[in-house]
Amino acid sequence: MKETIPPLYAGTVTKYVFIESYKATPDDIAARAYEVSGRVMIKETCFGLQITGEEAEVERVIAHIRAFDPAHIYVKDRGFPPGDPRRCRANLGGARPGYFGHEYEMGFIRRIAIGLEELESPSERPVHESEQKETEGLSVKRLMELIEQEA
Amino acid sequence: MAEVFIYPATSLILSDLVARFGHKPLGTALSVRERIQTAGLDSPPLEMTPDDAKKGLRWAAVEVPSGVRGRMSLFGPLIDRAEAAIIVRNPDFAFGCMGCARTDELVEFLVKQKKIPILELDYPADEEEGIIFVRRVKEFLTGLGGSS
Repeated sequence: MKETIPPLYAGTVTKYVFIESYKATPDDIAARAYEVSGRVMIKETCFGLQITGEEAEVERVIAHIRAFDPAHIYVKDRGFPPGDPRRCRANLGGARPGYFGHEYEMGFIRRIAIGLEELESPSERPVHESEQKETEGLSVKRLMELIEQEA
Repeated sequence: MAEVFIYPATSLILSDLVARFGHKPLGTALSVRERIQTAGLDSPPLEMTPDDAKKGLRWAAVEVPSGVRGRMSLFGPLIDRAEAAIIVRNPDFAFGCMGCARTDELVEFLVKQKKIPILELDYPADEEEGIIFVRRVKEFLTGLGGSS
């Protein structure tokens, strides 16, 4: 891979769309994205989609998808376009480097989903602001999580 | 709309929440995109070039390891642009193969030097903390003004 790679899709943006929903699958949001795809390029993945195109177009498609299940669909920027030989696992022979970060955050993203749902429709559930305290060292909760991961 | 620096700069959660509440998240993807879409002599097989370690000298001293300086060439321009920042304290994945503890410290130091509004949080360990996490991020971002 020593050859020079020209700039790919210059002037475009690529965004990841992740879904962690009990109402929809990545396939469902792909179908929804194709409904309004216009001039964007859509790549389906196991976790959601990658959408590449002009920023305004990409935002339009994302707004359409997000309306499906706002608290369970997450979006972030991606530097590389899909299929870039420097990152695509087809060339590297393993998970692309950023995968591990996504894997880590997707492990507890349901807690964020609950937070977002709570904003939309506040429940009676009491939440104490002091719950997220500044702790020194390893908390019991974290230790339990580690034990469960290793088991 | 304010430009909000997020750290870990590759965080899906922070990037999503900042954009969701009407501001622009400044994460690594923006720096990487700029590099790979700019034609030049390098157009390198990897997104980092030897030049990046030199560019990093603006934010880190010459005796600092090149890995830190290379990372700072990505994060430094974002910190310069930032009007606010959200930092997750000690995220597991910002250390080890995905990151660098010394860069984490330097980034936090530089952001604090800048005297911009900063929100520091921990990743939520349970559902209640998730609710508090989202609420705090929303309050912080709403306080910046101009959100939609």
